[in-house]
Amino acid sequence: MSNELGLTVKPVCGISPEDEKRVAAWIDTEEYKQKNFARQALTINPAHACQPLGAELAAHGFEGTLPFVHGSQGCASYYRSTLNRHFREPAPAVSDSMTEDGAVFGGQNNLHEGLENAVALYKPKMVAVFTSCMPEIIGDDLTAFIKNARNKGVVPKDLPLPFANTPSFNGSHVTGYDAMLLAILQALTDGKSVEGRCTGRLNLLPGFDANTGNYREYKRLMAEMGVPLTLLADISETFDSPNDGTYRLYPGGTPLADAADSINGKVTLTVGPYATNKTFTWVKEQYAGTHVALPMPVGVAKTDAFLLEVSKLFGKKVPESIQAERGRAVDAMTDAQQYMHGKKFAVYGDADLLIGYVSFLLEMGATPHHVLCSKGSKKLEKELQALLDSSPYGKTGKVYVNKDLWHLRSLVMTDPVDAVIGDTHGKFLARDAKIPLFRFGFPIFDRVNKHRVPIVGYQGVINLVTEICNKFLDLRDETCDERHFEMMR
Amino acid sequence: MSRSVKKVEGITRESTQAMIDKALEAYPEKGRKKRAPHLAPNDQSSGKACVKSNRKTVPGVMSARGCAYAGAKGVVWGPIRDMVHVSHGPVGCGWYSWGTRRNLVSGINGVSNFAMQFTSDFQEKDIVYGGDKKLAQLLTEAKELFPLAKGISVLSECPVGLIGDDINAVAKRMSKELDLPVIPCNCEGFRGVSQSLGHHISNDTIRDYIIETREFADEETPYDIALIGDYNIGGDVWSVKALLEECGLNVKATWTGDGEMEKIAATHKVKLNVIHCYRSMNYMCKVMEEKYGIPWIELNFFGPTKIRESLRALAERFDDRIKDKVEAAIAKYDAQMQKVIAEYRPRLEGKKVMLYVGGLRPRHTVGAYEDLGMVVVGSGYEFAHGDDYDRTAPEMPDATVIYDDASEFELEQFVHALKPDLVASGIKEKYVFQKMGLPFRQMHSWDYSGPYHGYQGFPVFARDIDLAVNSPTWKLVKSPF
Repeated sequence: MSNELGLTVKPVCGISPEDEKRVAAWIDTEEYKQKNFARQALTINPAHACQPLGAELAAHGFEGTLPFVHGSQGCASYYRSTLNRHFREPAPAVSDSMTEDGAVFGGQNNLHEGLENAVALYKPKMVAVFTSCMPEIIGDDLTAFIKNARNKGVVPKDLPLPFANTPSFNGSHVTGYDAMLLAILQALTDGKSVEGRCTGRLNLLPGFDANTGNYREYKRLMAEMGVPLTLLADISETFDSPNDGTYRLYPGGTPLADAADSINGKVTLTVGPYATNKTFTWVKEQYAGTHVALPMPVGVAKTDAFLLEVSKLFGKKVPESIQAERGRAVDAMTDAQQYMHGKKFAVYGDADLLIGYVSFLLEMGATPHHVLCSKGSKKLEKELQALLDSSPYGKTGKVYVNKDLWHLRSLVMTDPVDAVIGDTHGKFLARDAKIPLFRFGFPIFDRVNKHRVPIVGYQGVINLVTEICNKFLDLRDETCDERHFEMMR
Repeated sequence: MSRSVKKVEGITRESTQAMIDKALEAYPEKGRKKRAPHLAPNDQSSGKACVKSNRKTVPGVMSARGCAYAGAKGVVWGPIRDMVHVSHGPVGCGWYSWGTRRNLVSGINGVSNFAMQFTSDFQEKDIVYGGDKKLAQLLTEAKELFPLAKGISVLSECPVGLIGDDINAVAKRMSKELDLPVIPCNCEGFRGVSQSLGHHISNDTIRDYIIETREFADEETPYDIALIGDYNIGGDVWSVKALLEECGLNVKATWTGDGEMEKIAATHKVKLNVIHCYRSMNYMCKVMEEKYGIPWIELNFFGPTKIRESLRALAERFDDRIKDKVEAAIAKYDAQMQKVIAEYRPRLEGKKVMLYVGGLRPRHTVGAYEDLGMVVVGSGYEFAHGDDYDRTAPEMPDATVIYDDASEFELEQFVHALKPDLVASGIKEKYVFQKMGLPFRQMHSWDYSGPYHGYQGFPVFARDIDLAVNSPTWKLVKSPF
């Protein structure tokens, strides 16, 4: 029974302080880095999660929508608690709790019973179904299961029931978001296309973006421009809801009618071309109006491009108020550029965010030195490299795709930088390298309100400059010797 | 255990049953039938469970439960600090459970502790062709990159068991090849009804692969004990271990908070196992009792009343040397604890608490709230069994509501009816109740605070409960407009 491995019984010896010291020094070396980069099977500290997490986020972006995990219940608890921790908000979602018998008989009974209970208890206007690993492996046929659910009268006839296949052994949270968004839009717009109708609205696709401040910023900018906006999808109220003593299960989200009518939109614009790849491809085939893909508006140039495009497509001038905002952002940059100029950064995150970080850093005269995407394509690698090549400050920058944060640790220990931009998971490597970590990505589990502070648009530029430069100034105050501790900085 | 029956004003068996019936009204018939046996008024004097438990979750109700993998990775294996724990399968499970339990560890990250996220990151091709080869290779890579690791656990995620991989064979082969314990743990998330089976499976793998494979180098003494079922949330183990040592005992191993593989492997040589979380580790206590004749004692380290009772029960197992030291510790710390109570109790007296947690907390923390003058008006577990509810009955006031695997809907209904001054539950529940303007503490993670165990823990607990209940921010919730 015991010792099934047939191990030799040894004394307890622990780890000696000498060994600990030796290895602690070794893992910071170039030699270790080579070994670390040679690994092929083991992933250590990946900077991405799995598809269904993104699917849940997309579902929360629609009015009255209950995310529904078809699969093991533990999956749902993991996604929910991740969103709870990042936003410090509720994340109501259900699962149909498939277990061993599901593996044998398939998950249809679980799905049907789950839908019946969920609809009765939580009265959703839409249930967005997505899968975790188990049903994907046993080959559950969701199309048939959902059709049967309707035929059996398990759910009301008119309840939209989009579903997405989001196995965790494919893609990442970003592609899962894309898959769910596509399924929702397909379900809601079905039969809603009206020949010759134009809503006159801008459909904006942010992709997987876990910063509610960004959504509010898009809404504010479009309101200032006088451009009617439909966000696909809008998580800003869901994950930044007021505390007034009432818990609301569905505090926000894009109205289902607006989403349905989005197929007749004037312009559909994605600011997450990597994050909405599938959805946007479908939009181009199905949606009326103009279709445009632009990079996420992080930094001045990318914000300029975004506003110019909207201005052109809607025939509206960028108002003076926004022009003044731009001026203030540039003023903030010129005032503070000396604190960032020449500083080297390690940056990691999702594709669209990364392009934003790199673009902004180059505008400030800072160097994105290690640029790492834990789930990226050749296309992304090329685009990032081209961006680096476009600036004298990008000359030393190198792009790493499909590498993890243990690789990044080796990079920052052997080829030091001044700071890291990423998310909470970067805090260990930043501490080891004794450099600050700027949390602009997802998830952020260890700071408050970061998801409320936008990083897009001109206001986003000011926020980025403020946080980064002030941290460097704090560091100087904390670390300088007595003689150089000065009143002014 | 004889004690007086505790009553709460306004709560009767009838009022509680009426509240339960009302909550059940919203369910479809089938769901109602399934949920009804999991909700009942407590029968304190019976000492018996009043609800059914450890049954399949009802689909679609918004359960807070996790899975077997969560029980294995998050609870039992993950806290062992000097092993590499590989989340074997797709990327998500390991990522979600990375640093999110607060089981603190000693050592240097990536050098002598491995509180990181190791995964085989399964892709479609691994599903199609199987992951055994990849597993063998990654074990080799882990040994090379982390030479001080004392072993590697392989924690299976759902796909592994469904595609027919044989991790046990790979582990056996690679253990020999690498001269390192590689422990296969078949804890796929679809197994069982909750994280509880993951605890059991993990206990079994400790039994089958680890125990007896090491021996303590120093001489045995009559005072050798192991601390079992403490996971060092916010430093709990460090608090309790220091206290037990002050009482003259040698804490030879901690399971598994800040745990070391070798010491766990040599635990068959201790004289007594002291268990805190019965649910997750009673299995190995029973194995060690049967196989090595090691007795075990279940204690409660929350709040001075329970700590005092526990230490005295523990002292009974030893000679006068220990008894004297225990009495000295109680005398010393009780005085300090009375000061804590004197400070906080006036602000908390009579306040009502509702608990919904897991493991041992829905019963073990009751006494600590009572030390502060508070009244627990409802309690329940995510993944308990009948023996947990048996142990809960005498702790909870009579006729208060007991809920097993509660849905969010039920919890909301009960909160509306009972109007507690504090809800103590998990992260998924936290913001729901805070939006209602209700004070809340996360009681899985100590809400990023702690420790809560032992005499070091109680002042922190008391402070945290006070700051939650009496924060001036709650007064701002109601808008003047």
